[in-house]
Amino acid sequence: MVPLLLFLMWVIGPMLYTFYLSFTNWDGVSSAQFIGITNYIRLFKDPVFQIALLNNLKWLVSLITVPVIMGLGLAMALNSSIPGARVIKAAFFMPYVLSFIIVGMIFGWMYHPAGGLINNTLHAIGLDWLALGWLSSTKLATWCIIAAAVWRQVGYVMILYLAGLQSIDSTLVDAAKVDGCNSWQLFRRIIFPLLAPITVIIVTISIIDSLRSFDLVFIMTRGGPANSTSVLANFMYIEAFNNYKMGYGAAIAVIMFLITAVFIFIYLRRVLRTEMEY
Amino acid sequence: MEGVRIKLSIRIVLSVLCFLFTTLWLIPVIASLVTSFRTYDDILLNGFWSIPKSLTFNNFIEAWNRGGLAHYLPNSFIITIPCLIGTLFLSSLGGYALSRFRFPGNKLILFIFVAGMMLPFQILLLPVFKLTDALNIYDTYWALIIFHTSFQLGFCTFVLRNYMHTMPEEILEAARVDGCSEFRVYWQIMMPLTLPAMGALATLEFTWIFNDFLWALILLQRDALKPISTGMATLVGQYIMEWTVITAGSMIAALPTVIVFLFLQRYFVSGLTLGAVKG
Repeated sequence: MVPLLLFLMWVIGPMLYTFYLSFTNWDGVSSAQFIGITNYIRLFKDPVFQIALLNNLKWLVSLITVPVIMGLGLAMALNSSIPGARVIKAAFFMPYVLSFIIVGMIFGWMYHPAGGLINNTLHAIGLDWLALGWLSSTKLATWCIIAAAVWRQVGYVMILYLAGLQSIDSTLVDAAKVDGCNSWQLFRRIIFPLLAPITVIIVTISIIDSLRSFDLVFIMTRGGPANSTSVLANFMYIEAFNNYKMGYGAAIAVIMFLITAVFIFIYLRRVLRTEMEY
Repeated sequence: MEGVRIKLSIRIVLSVLCFLFTTLWLIPVIASLVTSFRTYDDILLNGFWSIPKSLTFNNFIEAWNRGGLAHYLPNSFIITIPCLIGTLFLSSLGGYALSRFRFPGNKLILFIFVAGMMLPFQILLLPVFKLTDALNIYDTYWALIIFHTSFQLGFCTFVLRNYMHTMPEEILEAARVDGCSEFRVYWQIMMPLTLPAMGALATLEFTWIFNDFLWALILLQRDALKPISTGMATLVGQYIMEWTVITAGSMIAALPTVIVFLFLQRYFVSGLTLGAVKG
């Protein structure tokens, strides 16, 4: 089977090979030497690793809260027959088809201290004291990048929730109304529980996405200022491809894999459980 | 859920709010579009919120010619189109086999495909880089084409397998009784039935591969081969201060996927839900 062979060669094989590399001191040129868990020991003492890990956590928490709440709210609002719902849906979903690079460039321009939209607007309405160097602040920069990611993600979550809402049996909703449920009770007791399976999938996908974040950081700050916006993916790229510490980079990748694996497992159990019944 | 009915007045208020919110949501794009038609000096001197004195196409021309988009954009298509054809063809074969034949390891293979598609890319970067080097395809279109095709097989096979699984076996059985070879059963009966799912996957995969940045960054070095994603990163470096050119470039770069999305919205959305909701 060709598909399986290709997949084993380009995906599964490389994954296993990275495990091996993480125990070596390969620099990309000379041959790799086995050095045991030295890379991992160094990694856990590396301050940049801790910053990156913490930043990934910020990404994760942001992506599983804001887009999920907004996406669900939008889906609920648009699922009732509002005039123009189609246009609104398309408008919210549009950012998702833009690449992270374009989103990064657009937001990079908005955050720009002098020519950017945000500071321009703040000056125009007289809030000069609020006009900051958004991406040059070690405290704010990560949140500014996350905002761009959230902006792109909301429409995607909305679409998945809309699909989930459409699959809800309307007799359940009607029955609840006959029994005198108000809107909130209807949502809280009937609709939300029925959306639980899709919510689990959305949250898991968001977590995996948050660990994959690379492009936005790369294009907006390259991890700076002073590594404050570094995430694991960028940290790995810089160590492996800029500093030629490929073995060390592999160790970072393995840590990323181990964190992701937990969630891949949760997702697989959800998705494949239904398959096993065939 | 059709049954949710709300009073008319509330509906009007709600839709007005939705429209305001939508406009606000799209401000990044709208503002970039406006900026890309203005001159740099005008914005620098008078600020974004001033009434533009004149509109210009120069930023687009600059990004297209000197910014290099004229060759980055075709490169993106050269990479994306073969990937699409290869992935869809191979994964429909794989999906057919997985959905129709019971053999030992069937479930395991499905498991490998689904698990693989969710891996963080970083775990693959170094060995794939090394592998393309060993195969002498590093820094060629082939490196990206072969890698994307292989990686996307995971998701596509999974979706197509599930889709094909819902087809009644009787149709295929009838063809076999009539003496169809197995490949003809697949090609002339299963394939046409699977077209809606293929269409959905094609739009989705087009966007994903077209928007890829990381792999183009790792596997390509020559400027002449860069697709639009890494090309844009080069453009940012070149026009670091000229925001009008950068936003104009972004607008050009966004066009292909936005067009695909606008015209094939239905397929796009059904592709996403095929992958996630039905599972």
